[in-house]
Amino acid sequence: MSTEPISLLSQLREGQRGQVSSLSLSGEMRRRLQDLGIIEGTTILCLHRSAFGDPCAYLIRGAIIALRNCDSQKIRIKAI
Amino acid sequence: MEQLKSPTSILTNDIRKDNELVIALAGNPNVGKSTIFNALTGMHQHTGNWPGKTVCSACGNCEHNGQKYLFVDLPGTYSIMAHSSEEAVARDFICFGKSDASVVVCDATCLERNLNLVLQVLEITPKTVLCLNLMDEANKKNIHIDTELLEKKLGIPVVTTNAREGIGLSQLLDAVKRVQTSSSGKPLSVPLPKEISFAQHQVAVTVAPLLPDFLSADWVALRLLCPDEGIDSSLEQCLGFSLYQNKDVKQSLSKAQADLHQKGYTSQSLRDRIVDALVRQAENIAAACVFASPESSQNLNHKLDRIFLSPKTCVPVMLLLLFGVFWLTIVGASYPSEALSNLLFKGQEGLTKLFQFFHAPSWLHGVLVLGVYRVLAWVVSVMLPPMAIFFPLFTLLEDFGYLPRVAFNLDHCFQKAHACGKQALTMCMGFGCNAAGVVGCRIIDSPRERLIAIITNSLVPCNGRFPSLIALISMFFVVGNSLLSPILSALLLTLIILLSVAVTFLSSRLLSKTVLKGQPSSFALELPPYRKPQIGKVIVRSIFDRTLFVLGRAVVVAAPAGLIIWLMANISIGSQSLLMSCSEFLNPFAQLFGIDGVILLAFILGFPANEIVFPLIVMGYLQSSIIIEADSLLQMHSLLIANGWTIWTAVSVMLICLFHWPCSTTCLTIYKETGSLRWTALAFFLPTAIGFGCCFLLNLVVSLF
Repeated sequence: MSTEPISLLSQLREGQRGQVSSLSLSGEMRRRLQDLGIIEGTTILCLHRSAFGDPCAYLIRGAIIALRNCDSQKIRIKAI
Repeated sequence: MEQLKSPTSILTNDIRKDNELVIALAGNPNVGKSTIFNALTGMHQHTGNWPGKTVCSACGNCEHNGQKYLFVDLPGTYSIMAHSSEEAVARDFICFGKSDASVVVCDATCLERNLNLVLQVLEITPKTVLCLNLMDEANKKNIHIDTELLEKKLGIPVVTTNAREGIGLSQLLDAVKRVQTSSSGKPLSVPLPKEISFAQHQVAVTVAPLLPDFLSADWVALRLLCPDEGIDSSLEQCLGFSLYQNKDVKQSLSKAQADLHQKGYTSQSLRDRIVDALVRQAENIAAACVFASPESSQNLNHKLDRIFLSPKTCVPVMLLLLFGVFWLTIVGASYPSEALSNLLFKGQEGLTKLFQFFHAPSWLHGVLVLGVYRVLAWVVSVMLPPMAIFFPLFTLLEDFGYLPRVAFNLDHCFQKAHACGKQALTMCMGFGCNAAGVVGCRIIDSPRERLIAIITNSLVPCNGRFPSLIALISMFFVVGNSLLSPILSALLLTLIILLSVAVTFLSSRLLSKTVLKGQPSSFALELPPYRKPQIGKVIVRSIFDRTLFVLGRAVVVAAPAGLIIWLMANISIGSQSLLMSCSEFLNPFAQLFGIDGVILLAFILGFPANEIVFPLIVMGYLQSSIIIEADSLLQMHSLLIANGWTIWTAVSVMLICLFHWPCSTTCLTIYKETGSLRWTALAFFLPTAIGFGCCFLLNLVVSLF
């Protein structure tokens, strides 16, 4: 198991929580994620990884949202 | 690549009648908006538990206390800043549709996320009612909402409803009337950082005189400060001119922008702050008004997701469900199918006697009874029962909320095919009806991925094709009539569906490697909470709607087709009938693919509706065969064998049934959705090439041995 500190949303394991520190996406996807409530300070819980490890389902402000790794890699978080 | 046409909406025209209030029904996807719409208007807009079910707007009337209302059910959207074409429809109606009032439907179990949209709508118009739906579910999950405080914080009426039971609807209508008549109330402004609200004010002052009453100057000013192509063009269309062309506006705008820039704002950070403000406001309001015990709320949902989503169980469960649906369809359809066919063919004898009694000419008897009636009887007895069972079963899964989980599980494969994971949803919709699946592709944002989903949609068999597959399986592959045979049939059907799903992946991959090149785009898919399906309602509605629909189509399509086949069989040119000539003409070509002229002819004549293909094949053989009656599968089997069918013919017919041109309705829908003959042609020829290609190879291999 890696002991590296978690800094990206995609690194969260099932059951782990993180707090968003910044989004490095641009354009439409950035706005779409913001509309779903992913902004600085939002707490995200990783619920399920799919059969192939990608995508992953997260609990975000009471809703379950599935994101692909290529997107969640662009969301920086602090583990909490 | 050509631009996809955005959905043409009824909303651009003036739909208002005298004394009628036009009410926009907006909300996040999957909050029960369509259920509310149906409950209010008595209409039967199909509802389902997955985001994006309503892809085009529906209108419906209702009357309450002498006031007429016209409700417009808008596609679900998370935000006014639309991303997909279906969301743009919702946005344009709320912003520029001049509705008399709006109702924003919210999911009480997930209020905070929903409030984001409410706040955005309130920035545009104060004539809004918040409808808190699914209150019963929220209570069950120990979520309590202080609606009075919520009303006070938002400054609009809040009505709690439970649309499934029809609770709270009259209060909702009263509230709508109230906000519509009240003259007070200003659009809400969400607290923004000082610098931004100063800039907003500067611009608002100059645009205000140019705007009609229903547009809020503050809102327009904010849109000008962070321009959005879609909103800009809709705004221009609404006003008849571009605000950017106005000298004063241009001046104040560039000054405001320069000020913001000086204070360190980039265009991105400006946008971020504006969205942040909305999300935080929603968070604050929810924190004050919602009381929840978080552990209990997610419990059952989480347990179910552990089964449906976890790597070890998700695939077996998915296959088991698919198998189960097919098994129930096959077992459930066999009895009514037999009963119907007995009844209908007794009816034929009766009709014949009637014709004889009136001394009707034999050609009339032939045309009406042997032609029209008999094809109708087959469509009703062989095709209808499986369709009437499969559809509600499928709808129950949809109602339950399982389909987004399928999309989640299959996303990896679609990602490998450089396509969108939501394609799994449209593919599943295709099992019901390919035309509906094609329209459903609007939920996919990227035009490239949407085209892939549209073109490959008819690679999965629709409801009208299942019965043919089932009939062929039970005639040729499952011998005998033991208890095991339905299980075996369902198993084979499951394998066939897996084949069609695999072909969908491969074709999507092929398309994104060739004509629709590109990388998979980003996607975010909501997995809504599971809901107890309304079993009774679903069964009644879908059997009723579906049966009537299929019966209607049978009359419209199968009857003339039966007529044509009978005429072709009985009109002779030279020494043989037209049917024989046609099928002999098609024969050499058809035989390349392991089928014969009659089968090919039936597929061609079946272009308007897939459910008539198999009855037409039987009909074609009957006209030129000694066997007169074929009212059971066993007799049909001997009829087919007598006409030279082997097990390989059956395989070829099944392959072509799976992969051939989409039916005429689907083709038309594809043309409407893509606005391009080229893509429609591709959607026509791709499945055709796959099906006939497979059969050609199969025939080649078979003939070698």
